[in-house]
Amino acid sequence: MSGAEQSADDRGTLAAVWEQDAVKLTALVSGLFAAYVVGGLLLSYGLRQQLNELAQLSFFIAVFAMLALALNLHWGYTGLFNIGVIGFMGIGIYTTAILSKGATLTEPAAGTTGGFGLPLWIGIIGGVVAAGLFGGLVALPALRLRADYFAIVTVGLSEVVRFTLLEQSLQQGQVLGYWVGLGGGSGLLLDFDPVDRLLGAFGLLESYTRFSERTGEAIGIGSNPKPVFDGILYGLVLLVFLVGFYVLLTRVGSSPYGRVLKAIREDEDATKALGKDTDRFKIKAFVIGCALMGLGGILLYASQGAITPNAFRPRITFFVWIALIIGGAGSNTGSVMGGAIFAAVLYQGPIFFSNVIEGSFEIDAVNTFAQAVGPLAAADPVPLLAYTVDNIGQLRFVIMGLVLIYLMHNRPEGILGHRKETASTIPLGRRRAKTGGSPPATDGGEENRGVDGE
Amino acid sequence: MSTVSDTEVDDVVDTNAPAEDVEIEEPEAQDSDVERAAKHTPSAIPLRVEGLRKEFGGIVAVDEASFEITEGTLTGLIGPNGAGKSTTFNCITGVHEPTAGQVQFNGEDITGLSPDRIANRGLVRTFQIARELEEMTVMENMMLAPKGQRGESLWRSVLPFVRRSVSEQEEEILERCWEMLEFFEIDHLADEYAGNLSGGQRKLLELARALLTEPTVLLLDEPFAGVNPSLEERLLGHIHDLRDDGYTFLIVEHDMDLIMQNCERVIVMHQGRVLTEGPPAEIKRNEDVIEAYLGGEVE
Repeated sequence: MSGAEQSADDRGTLAAVWEQDAVKLTALVSGLFAAYVVGGLLLSYGLRQQLNELAQLSFFIAVFAMLALALNLHWGYTGLFNIGVIGFMGIGIYTTAILSKGATLTEPAAGTTGGFGLPLWIGIIGGVVAAGLFGGLVALPALRLRADYFAIVTVGLSEVVRFTLLEQSLQQGQVLGYWVGLGGGSGLLLDFDPVDRLLGAFGLLESYTRFSERTGEAIGIGSNPKPVFDGILYGLVLLVFLVGFYVLLTRVGSSPYGRVLKAIREDEDATKALGKDTDRFKIKAFVIGCALMGLGGILLYASQGAITPNAFRPRITFFVWIALIIGGAGSNTGSVMGGAIFAAVLYQGPIFFSNVIEGSFEIDAVNTFAQAVGPLAAADPVPLLAYTVDNIGQLRFVIMGLVLIYLMHNRPEGILGHRKETASTIPLGRRRAKTGGSPPATDGGEENRGVDGE
Repeated sequence: MSTVSDTEVDDVVDTNAPAEDVEIEEPEAQDSDVERAAKHTPSAIPLRVEGLRKEFGGIVAVDEASFEITEGTLTGLIGPNGAGKSTTFNCITGVHEPTAGQVQFNGEDITGLSPDRIANRGLVRTFQIARELEEMTVMENMMLAPKGQRGESLWRSVLPFVRRSVSEQEEEILERCWEMLEFFEIDHLADEYAGNLSGGQRKLLELARALLTEPTVLLLDEPFAGVNPSLEERLLGHIHDLRDDGYTFLIVEHDMDLIMQNCERVIVMHQGRVLTEGPPAEIKRNEDVIEAYLGGEVE
């Protein structure tokens, strides 16, 4: 009998452990990484490719999770319908680029432009501040608008940002003697490597290079192993940033400040009637969220080597929204899960999956749609499947759309849409009962209910 | 004038009168209440409305309304649909800016101030349709209300060491919230989402939440609409108790009998104007009021 009780207890403990969102999150992320490792084994990837794949996966998971967290502060907590995410990201990385690109004091060659040559960390802080300030500028007039009009303003502004970046007259100019500019349609070359700069700042670059060469040789990942380690290191740095985002936003959410934000989301007029200056709360929340989006943009693009205005189309805004909707708006843990699932399954997944398929089966290339559909008449679906797998890059967007439709119909609140993250710095449970012992809240409640019913 | 402090609220909780007392309140009891209020004749006028006017386009919703609310009383504001009661409420509490006229609270002009400033001065309202924050728990709803919360400043909530002072204050607030929930006998619902409450429970929660802002005058917009009779008795009992503790109430209500039996003074509005005001007995006999309610034209 005691054994049965014991096992029931164990199951209870297990369920309680599983109840914790953090446990679910860890399980999910480990599962995604495991799936990619298995996929890599199926493809008989070498170690180098396997490591590259995992580094890239953690990069995208971290980026989308960070952006979803920032958007969650706007939409999930405060109810601000921001569909201009990419605009704030663009302002972030462009400001960083201009501040930290190598300085040029003589007129540079056509198609290139310089920067102010400041250290990268100053550039990053500058980018974050610029995105936040721009958010404040948008917020002052726009927050008085109703939710839907506010959304239109934000998406409009993100396009204004993109067209400004494309603008010829801002392509290049002389400021304080430095030749700087937005680079117009050809964009900006990012002549800084964030990993090298980070290591350089700590004076570790040389030993890191030696370490990567020796280790690369030891584990046999071929010549020039540094890029592999760079990728892994950058992925880890981003995961550290993600933890920072998560801790910051969880603290914001679980506080009296977050409580007012939630109240604004639910009913702004009622919140005002309780004496809260809702405009002030909204502006602060919006600015913080925009600054974090700016940082997300910086971290996403800083390692890409170059940026062009057309990368800043509203597409990415909607990617972030999908991530947030999958995870569950209103939950920080949910936002991270949504970012992870979006990055691993919807963004990287289809391409990886098609690689696995192509690697596992010998398929003749099918070049046109007619060639793919024609054999169907002869009940031969293989060419169509091959064609589909071949064009999975385009089909990703169709899949994303289908997932969105499915979620809206069947689980509009997302994976963790229960919004149970208590908006307080302390647990709101029943206080220590005066009459000794601590009866569970529900028991006391039943008693009261009984009295009331009479 | 005296402000109602925490200790007084605590007294209320301690003397927590059983609801039955209120339920068996006889009409005589109310009469004696009215008499007492009349004898008492408190001098303080916390809320004074003068020549209030509100136009929406060409429609005059409130037309030169003037009245005063006496401290520590329960005043009823009645009138047929479209009489301008809710608009008057909205003008007093800053939701609408009046076209003309003045609202004075404790001798200060508060006309056109924002709703949150007015609420912070101690003039707090509830809504006709209870405005619960549905996807927040009952306790979160309660914890939102108290004024002067340190943790409402962003940096204090985030920074590691300062956050402790926020938690300390929150412990105190939590204690007050539990007491208030117990006073209203809805403490068993603390962990429930506000959206899951019944209409009557929402009204109780809304009143409890409003009280946590430490108001001196409460404006209740149809507090009994959609509330079942036994809950209505409880709510009325609470309002009477609070009135006895020095709170001042202005209540908009459709139910004439309810107002007549419970208020010391009644203001009647009709077509945007204050038709008449006085003790319930007088109002009952007033020909104009009867006519207004039967749909006849005045003047």
